Amino acid sequence: MSKIIKVSRRTLLSGAAGAATLAVTPRLFSPAIAQNAPLKVGMMLPYTGTYAKLGQFIDNGFKLYVEQKGGKLGGRAIEFVQVDDESKPEAATDNMNRLVGREKADIVIGTVHSGVAMAMVKVARDTKTMMIIPNAGANDATGALCSPNVFRTSFSNWQATFPAGKVMFDAGIKNVVTITWRYTAGAEMISGFTENFTKSGGKIVEDLTLPFPEVEFQALLTRIATLKPDAVFSFFAGGGAVKFVKDYAAAGLNKTIPLYGAGFLTDGTIQAQGEAANGIKTTLHYADNLDNPANLAFLKAFKAKTNMDGDIYAVQGFDAAALYDIGLTAAGGDAKAQDKMIAAMGAAKIDSPRGPLSFNKAHNPIQNIYLREVRNGRNEMVSIAQANVDDPARGCKMA
Amino acid sequence: MDCRVKPGNDGLLLLSLAPNDCFARIIAMDLVTLGIQLLNAIQYGMVLFLVASGLTLVFGILGVINLAHGAFYMLGAYLAYWIAAYTGSFWIAVVAGVAIAFVIGMLLETVFIRRLYGRDHLAQVLLSFGLILVIDEVRQLLFGKDVHSVLPPEGLRGAIQLTDNLSYPVYRLAICGFCLIAAAIIFLVITRTKIGMIVRAGAENREMTRTLGINFDTVNRYVFAVGIALAALGGIVVAPVSTVYPGMGDGMLILSFVVVVLGGIGSIGGAAIGALLIGLTDTFGKVFFPSVSSVLIYVLMAAVLLWRPNGILGRREI
Repeated sequence: MSKIIKVSRRTLLSGAAGAATLAVTPRLFSPAIAQNAPLKVGMMLPYTGTYAKLGQFIDNGFKLYVEQKGGKLGGRAIEFVQVDDESKPEAATDNMNRLVGREKADIVIGTVHSGVAMAMVKVARDTKTMMIIPNAGANDATGALCSPNVFRTSFSNWQATFPAGKVMFDAGIKNVVTITWRYTAGAEMISGFTENFTKSGGKIVEDLTLPFPEVEFQALLTRIATLKPDAVFSFFAGGGAVKFVKDYAAAGLNKTIPLYGAGFLTDGTIQAQGEAANGIKTTLHYADNLDNPANLAFLKAFKAKTNMDGDIYAVQGFDAAALYDIGLTAAGGDAKAQDKMIAAMGAAKIDSPRGPLSFNKAHNPIQNIYLREVRNGRNEMVSIAQANVDDPARGCKMA
Repeated sequence: MDCRVKPGNDGLLLLSLAPNDCFARIIAMDLVTLGIQLLNAIQYGMVLFLVASGLTLVFGILGVINLAHGAFYMLGAYLAYWIAAYTGSFWIAVVAGVAIAFVIGMLLETVFIRRLYGRDHLAQVLLSFGLILVIDEVRQLLFGKDVHSVLPPEGLRGAIQLTDNLSYPVYRLAICGFCLIAAAIIFLVITRTKIGMIVRAGAENREMTRTLGINFDTVNRYVFAVGIALAALGGIVVAPVSTVYPGMGDGMLILSFVVVVLGGIGSIGGAAIGALLIGLTDTFGKVFFPSVSSVLIYVLMAAVLLWRPNGILGRREI
């Protein structure tokens, strides 16, 4: 279909005038080399959907750190660009390209859902954009798909659950049924636990799964009751975690079959779960009653800023800002000096609310994993399940 | 992973298919467990019916595709949480929530929906999709993004011991009862009252009914409002067991459409049968065919449509 574009004399003259004007006006869109131009931080998080609350807390945690530093990181003012990824992997590449290509973000912070995060990692690797993952635990992000410009301030799925295997075996549990959603994070969480549990001598009776993000658990709860394991190990997060814990207690299973899980089962969800959560033991790189000075200060500041109680998601966002600050400071505020930034960030030792935080060669945190129990409406630390846990970064060519 | 599971007790062998990759599990299920799983399936099916009944009214009788049905379900749940927290009574939340949803339904019909009658479905899809986005933002502004719990009403908080380690919440049984009553009321109204007769006549042949002097504007408004109120009622009733979270409407929307299409557009009885079938497929699918359980419902729908293109009890083509 061809169209003949009529170019009238008027159009031609207007066009020429416009071009002449542009040529003489000062260049408004020159790159921001000036040190006082703000840095663009792209926040690609789930602002809606089942993980909305997690996205909100990560966002709040990151911004709290920036506020504490007077609105600047590494001496540069910060401008935020928000993109709602809705936890949809199929839209992730487009959303990330928008942030990197159209918005020209200097760094992207994201995200919660592992499927979305992996799509983001691929774009970050291709475009060499700096990226910090403030939650998604997909092993590959600091494993097979590791990259110098990608960091993580949260955990790897393997790391969060591996210690639980030995802890549960040592507690006398020999048979376990696992249950989770059928997606990357679920599979990796359970496999980290299973690796250690079977290595210690335990036996997995059955692996139960349901499609993400379905929340009809009744059929599987009945199955658990039939199998009668010593304990159940689970991974759920967000709205699904609330429902699972409540359904588990409503079916009376918590009286005879203790429920264990990755910490996300009870993080940020205890208020909604109520009494059903009492006694649930989980492993995570954080506990609500950690009494190191950094955590006490963080919780106080977070409560003052948002009137809500800080949790691991907020801490991860907070530490992401701290890590970027370290990198930017080492690079003298120049967001383009990636080598200096990466070197400084890789060697960073942060006094995090979660305890001592450093990074391995694949840029995943090296941190303590705590065993917590739900008491008094929060996740209280029982013991350190395993100290300074380092993810093996399987498949990473950097490590 | 071992896909052959050795049962703890003897019982009937219920299923036996290629076990190697856990496409299906060889499981011996004793009668008690079978009974409990049937109960799970029926209860789930009843909830689906309650939520889908509103959709079948709107889709079947008004001919309007309302994608915002799931959003109203979610809105009902959030209203239940908020009103119950504010007044301390679950029953007030039920009545008030339904009333609010009814009024909203009437307003929406007057302002938006009446422009869609007779227009092609794409226009309806666009409008109702826009409504989803608006309702989600409104919910976010009013109630936030957090996950909430709603306590069941006093007296329905206990549990019945079914086996030595499994108990069944009384409230879930109450939901079954409630859905049965709701289904009976809907059925009686549609088949035994004058307004029901008008609605059915309009569904069969609108032009003829109009020629006979029936004013459809009012009837349509009420039908739409009732449809919305039923969606919200579903959300309110289910809130104590489903918990209230953003995105709870999405899955329910798709399932409601599957129920309506499976049962036959415009047929309440068909919706009931469709809902029960889906409850059974989903429950037993999760246990026996875990890797494909998410697809089984749609396979069922496709199979039924091949056998009966208008749905099980459907008689009208949209």
